[in-house]
Amino acid sequence: MTSPLINYTLHLADNALILGHRNSEWTGHGPVLEQDIAISNIALDLIGQARNFYQYAAQLINRSTNQPNTATEDTVAYLRDAHDFKNCLLVEQTNGDWAKTILKQFYFSAYQFYLFQRLRDSKDETLAAIAEKSLKEVTYHLRWSSEWAIRLGDGTEESHARMTNAVDDLWMFAGEMFVAADYEIACANKGEAVDVVLLKSDWLQKVKAIFNEATLPVPQHSWMQSGGKEGRHTEHLGYILAEMQFMQRAYPGSTW
Amino acid sequence: MNNDEKITEKKIMELLAQVNDPEVPVLSVIDLGIVREVKLNGEETEIVITPTYSGCPAMDVIQINIRKVLLEKGFKNVKITNTLSPAWTTDWMSGHAKEKLKAFGIAPPTIKQQVCHTELFHDGEAIQCPRCNSYNTRMISRFGSTACKALYQCNDCREPFDYFKCH
Ligand SMILES: [Zn+2]
Repeated sequence: MTSPLINYTLHLADNALILGHRNSEWTGHGPVLEQDIAISNIALDLIGQARNFYQYAAQLINRSTNQPNTATEDTVAYLRDAHDFKNCLLVEQTNGDWAKTILKQFYFSAYQFYLFQRLRDSKDETLAAIAEKSLKEVTYHLRWSSEWAIRLGDGTEESHARMTNAVDDLWMFAGEMFVAADYEIACANKGEAVDVVLLKSDWLQKVKAIFNEATLPVPQHSWMQSGGKEGRHTEHLGYILAEMQFMQRAYPGSTW
Repeated sequence: MNNDEKITEKKIMELLAQVNDPEVPVLSVIDLGIVREVKLNGEETEIVITPTYSGCPAMDVIQINIRKVLLEKGFKNVKITNTLSPAWTTDWMSGHAKEKLKAFGIAPPTIKQQVCHTELFHDGEAIQCPRCNSYNTRMISRFGSTACKALYQCNDCREPFDYFKCH
């Protein structure tokens, strides 16, 4: 019950779900009310995107096993273990302070922005439709996170120092987004997926432009950690899943 | 449902005009432009809807309410399908809907082209205060009480208000 297209769809879904879940940790804890609402709205958009991808993944799984209604968006989200999750390491990193949260969102939104621009032309109609829909939301996310990166980087001594720390913490997880996993290559060859290597220069250009305004240095060191797309995660993912999946694991099939 | 009465797509659309968006109750699902198609497949009535935003939490309630209204009117076999493409845009909102929004105290979305402005830290749109009609307003937050709205304040009459974002 696996195929490159299923894995690719799950990868896109997992990215959105895990960052959406991370952002939702801010709900009720944001630095000011308006930004608490903003990050919660972004969480909602991402979880909505995740649902669209999961629904499609579930359809593909059911079609491949010829067992309708076995997999659902809920079973794929709640009943897979950490090594089955295919999200990039970046999105599972802890929120840290507001600066780290903003930078994580900015890196990811810039990636999603260029990704969905191309995925709109996917030969897979469902992926293309989800990309087209999501791009409108991501455009807002990118704008919001860019403004905050500039505001904090080019802000006070303390906000600048916090952004600098965030850059140090997260840079090593950025590279993975542009190294294709086997399923991405297989799907890209069929015109279903985007070749992520092609996104890197656009992404880097965007980061440089925003960092320039934010008076932040673009890191030069190039060692990048990867593995998330293949299910090798940092210690943080397990804790997210423990919290997120607890109810469905303890009380299978429970509903609101 | 009166059996003598012929069921048409138009009649069903009229019925759906009674189903309101739970988050912006002054608008119906028809006003919002989220009902994309009504199909009469023999015994089955199919309603095709599209979400405003991917994560719109009102979609489930809207589906339940559409089903409820149609079942109450005697429709037996109601199917509701979701479509994502083409993606919903505020351009599908009727002029009548925009007037209702304004009367309700929410600034209606401006026309689509104006949002193409991508410069950071600029609103890019002149939003009219729904209370005093002044364009001298400022954005407080790009994100408001629901995904589809932003927070604004009027510099003249000081009224804080929601703006239904152009999307
Ligand atoms: Zn006013």
